[in-house]
Amino acid sequence: MASFLEEAEELFKEYKEYIPTHKEVCDILDKEFLSKEDLIKLLNVSNKEDILLMVKKAQKLTRENFGKVILLYAPLYIANYCQNGCVYCGFSCKKEYRREKLSFERIENELRKMKEEGIDSVIILTGEDRINSSVEYIEKACEIAVNIMSEVSIEVYPLYEEEYRRLSNVGVIGITLYQETYQKEDYEKLHPFGPKKDFEFRLNAPERALKSGFHEACIGPLLGLSHPKKDVLCAILHAEYLLEKFPKTEISISFPRFRSAGTDFMPLYTVSDKEFIKFLIIARLYLPRIGIVLSTRENSSLRDALIDVCVTKISAGSKTTVGGYAEEKDEDSEAQFEVEDRRSVSEIVDVIIKKGLRPEFTNWVKGVKNI
Amino acid sequence: MFEIGGKLLKSRLFVGTGKLPDYSLIEKMYYEAGVEVFAVAVRRIGPNTKHTKNVLEYIPNDAIIMVNTSGAQDHKEAVKIAMIGRELTNSNWVKVEIEKDTKYLFPDSIETLKACEILVKEGFKVFPYIYPDLNLAKELEQIGVEAVMPLGSPIGTNKGIGCEVLLKPIINEIKIPVIIDAGIGRPSHAAKAMEMGADAVLINTAIATSSDPLKMAVAFAKAVEAGRVAFEVGILKEYEYAQASSPLEDFISG
Repeated sequence: MASFLEEAEELFKEYKEYIPTHKEVCDILDKEFLSKEDLIKLLNVSNKEDILLMVKKAQKLTRENFGKVILLYAPLYIANYCQNGCVYCGFSCKKEYRREKLSFERIENELRKMKEEGIDSVIILTGEDRINSSVEYIEKACEIAVNIMSEVSIEVYPLYEEEYRRLSNVGVIGITLYQETYQKEDYEKLHPFGPKKDFEFRLNAPERALKSGFHEACIGPLLGLSHPKKDVLCAILHAEYLLEKFPKTEISISFPRFRSAGTDFMPLYTVSDKEFIKFLIIARLYLPRIGIVLSTRENSSLRDALIDVCVTKISAGSKTTVGGYAEEKDEDSEAQFEVEDRRSVSEIVDVIIKKGLRPEFTNWVKGVKNI
Repeated sequence: MFEIGGKLLKSRLFVGTGKLPDYSLIEKMYYEAGVEVFAVAVRRIGPNTKHTKNVLEYIPNDAIIMVNTSGAQDHKEAVKIAMIGRELTNSNWVKVEIEKDTKYLFPDSIETLKACEILVKEGFKVFPYIYPDLNLAKELEQIGVEAVMPLGSPIGTNKGIGCEVLLKPIINEIKIPVIIDAGIGRPSHAAKAMEMGADAVLINTAIATSSDPLKMAVAFAKAVEAGRVAFEVGILKEYEYAQASSPLEDFISG
């Protein structure tokens, strides 16, 4: 097991019942850098006043480190073939589902349509199927994207190092890969068959990508699949591990909350808004320079409040169906998960500007990797 | 007026644009705070989109754009970014910023030196962001950079001139301009940098993230000017004890 997971396990056990006093919270917030013990203590805080203090410091750290800027991106689902049996997922292979894979021409149409909307940073997504969504297919799709967008990332199944290098060589700079849960036993129950069953291969994938020339990695758990506080602790320590091992790269974290995806799966845990907010601000307090990403899974009012405090990057105008940008699609029945914030890119840009922040559409120099 | 990078400038306050809430502040800072040099990260020079104009469209024609290589992991990427930046902006002023880590954003001295060697040969006016390291500054001076930009304190920390004892030797020994970059949080910090004899300061976070960036830019401009005038006049030496007569003077001299 990875050393940061063992460390998380020990911390979690040792401080399970430990609730810090108000004075202790203040003392922790006075520090420039928090220790791992401080981190778990803050995760145990539930007092509203203390959480509000934490919000205040998180806000200050975010502005100091990232300025008054919010990055925008959008996902592009190019294929939904999948060999995995994730019990909670709308794209799971057990589901009767219209499987689709975009031709390169349609990929280009989608990207052009996104670009027209103002998007300049895209994440290319597929399900896990090495035959229908082969590395060659992903590579070609990324090449097309690199020619259109300034910043191209992938959210696909875990690859081998040499495969990541191929993608890096065509100009892909970022990887997003959610571990789903860091609790191995639960992970194995939730992924009963298919290549995704391999916990370690997934866990180590961001590291392989960064080793192969990627500049950015976004990681996190899918909250609700296992014990949320434990998963958050593991994810934060995972991010810290990556930052220490690859100090020149940019690491982001995201805590998507489980949303219904047309399956009858009921998660064991639900995460309240209060807990969710607390998790995000603690990530900021412990790792002041970490990117914090928020998807359209969350509703608009919560998203709008969080961009004031700790979030650095949000998706906008997202379609989670294959081919959803250029073509009319039923977002309710064909999506991987339900999108809560359905506002257009323009509407989100307006909100950002009204808050006195600057929307930014790219964080990378087009063409640096592939010339 | 002072000369730097082949230009004659009035203002010794350079401003970074990356953290600004709104690019329209650039023009206001040019007219109202007299700022003439604006640092722009190449990675933030996007195309015009449906929602936003390219940052370059906000920069007045007579202002100077200093392109910034931030985001580069090594000298090769920095050189490519500088080339792309020059093509996009028509400016050959480049701030070489290659960070060694994303926690403190400290510069990578070895990669920075390599990038500067190449960029000087390519005809750029090169402004490296460095540690307050005299030996490195000397080497950079020898290869022909326009100025060195040592950090006052880590980027974004607003801690001021934390590295004073290391900055002074650079200011004393280096003949090319020294621009204090990073860490300056208040106008008084900027004044202090100028009193020490720095040729200019570059400010981003302290202006951009204040509640009124334009007013703050004006405040910094005044502080920079005051500090410079004081330096030129000659700052009086500080004494630990007052030099007035002591009550014991009569006994001692008697």
